[in-house]
Amino acid sequence: MDAIVVVGASLAGVHAAAALRRDGFVGSITVVDAQAHRPYDRPPLSKELLTGRFGPDDIGLRSAVDLDVTWRLGSAAVGLELNSSGADGAALGGRLLLDDGELAFDGLVIACGASARTLPDAGGPDAGGPDGVGVLRTLDDALALRSALDDGLSSVVVVGAGFIGLEVAASCRQRDVAVTLVEPMAAPLGRILGDDVGLALAGVHRRHGVDVRLGVGVQRVTAAAGDGSGCDVHLDDGSVVTAQRVVVGIGVVPNTDWLQGSGLTIDNGVVCDETLWAAPGVVAAGDLARWPSARFGSMLRVEHWDHAVASGEAAARRLLAGADAPAFDPVPWFWSDQYDTKVQLVGMAGADADAEVVSGSLDDDRFAVVYGRNGRLTGVLGVNRPRHVALMRARVEQGISFDDAVTAARDL
Amino acid sequence: MQVIVDFDVCESNAVCMAIAPEVFEVRDDDFLYVLVENPSEDLRDKVEEAVRRCPKQAIRLEG
Ligand SMILES: Cc1cc2nc3c(=O)[nH]c(=O)nc-3n(C[C@H](O)[C@H](O)[C@H](O)COP(=O)(O)OP(=O)(O)OC[C@H]3O[C@@H](n4cnc5c(N)ncnc54)[C@H](O)[C@@H]3O)c2cc1C
Ligand code: SF4
Repeated sequence: MDAIVVVGASLAGVHAAAALRRDGFVGSITVVDAQAHRPYDRPPLSKELLTGRFGPDDIGLRSAVDLDVTWRLGSAAVGLELNSSGADGAALGGRLLLDDGELAFDGLVIACGASARTLPDAGGPDAGGPDGVGVLRTLDDALALRSALDDGLSSVVVVGAGFIGLEVAASCRQRDVAVTLVEPMAAPLGRILGDDVGLALAGVHRRHGVDVRLGVGVQRVTAAAGDGSGCDVHLDDGSVVTAQRVVVGIGVVPNTDWLQGSGLTIDNGVVCDETLWAAPGVVAAGDLARWPSARFGSMLRVEHWDHAVASGEAAARRLLAGADAPAFDPVPWFWSDQYDTKVQLVGMAGADADAEVVSGSLDDDRFAVVYGRNGRLTGVLGVNRPRHVALMRARVEQGISFDDAVTAARDL
Repeated sequence: MQVIVDFDVCESNAVCMAIAPEVFEVRDDDFLYVLVENPSEDLRDKVEEAVRRCPKQAIRLEG
């Protein structure tokens, strides 16, 4: 293999490129990204960048510094032509079509992530909605909200109490903005952590002065009635909340449009085998990779920072190692910071999992919960309990019994 | 090899501890303690992994 192209100069792509070099690949590596920014880290976008603790220069990806690759920033991938492989399937590679040229490759890492979903009817100016409606996925999104905050933004409606929505709500409260948080489900993160834990987190936000509205959806967003600027958010219980800005955090969609017709299987992401191999010479990593996990017995697509690093490295190794590469089947891990609250989950929880509080109580701002299924430990949640999460991580990997896990976690 | 943690940036989320408990420990006071500042060479792979996986990019290695 002489020429490897990486699509996406973000977390998964950069760590894939770094792993290729670490593992001794001496051929050419070209990293392509539609955005012109130097690689940056996304988690601070909803946290330190909004609170003002960090500026744009503080969030560069350190692993991209001094990386021996050719950067092609500001070029979008628009199509993919794979070489038809011979009868033995040996011919690898193809051509990546860009909006300003093309690149031939022997190996391709697809790591172009996901984009924020918008409200179907009022997603913002380009979807026919009013000014002031935005999402939070890119540095430009974050800088727009940051400058509104710096200019004295006084009110915001956050649509969707997922991680991004909860973090935006927290960062805005830390800057004294009036925040209304609207979530159609009965609890924030209910599907991921269960309603009890979700309601506990809703309590944290209420204690910090957020107007949390659960079980109510958004019907439409219009320009504010009357003379003022801003938006009216019409909820499906008939009420209307007026705010200067609306931040929509209702999930993401994988950036796979440009791969339609390429021959890759696209189904809620780029579908790969258990080694992240998508087609001869093509691997995928990060938010858009979907692969079969033996550990969890299902196809997974994971949208966490640690997964982007780990899958980027594994996908790179798969390209170099060939079919002997081990299956990619780690235990996922994520964190989220809201006010002084550090939420961490290792493994999987889920709304219908067995759950046991093993430290503190759900009314405190410090507790740990052990999750299980069919008598096995599947995940551990810590709210301001980093030691529990770190020490239980290996046990989640081992898949010990739920009862043993509860005992072990209580003893920590 | 010397381990240097930027404690202004570290958030005590204990990722490093899960990877290299010989070197990093987050205690019940929620602070990170570096147990060995100059770990032996056989720990290099683990410590380098901790550097890459620290979500705050707070760990540096010298030497
Ligand atoms: C605001 C925010 C906060 C977050 N906070 C946390 C957190 O606290 N904890 C946590 O675990 N995770 C967090 N995450 C998730 C984490 O950042 C993502 O999982 C991670 O960024 C995924 O990396 P990726 O490289 O797969 O994709 P991305 O980071 O989405 O990068 C994809 C790159 O591909 C480029 N691209 C897209 N399409 C094309 C194309 N056609 N051609 C060329 N380039 C293209 C994009 O410009 C982008 O640079 C957060 C995410 C966001 C947005
Ligand atoms: S992984 Fe990084 S942020 Fe977390 S405790 Fe270790 S040094 Fe601190």
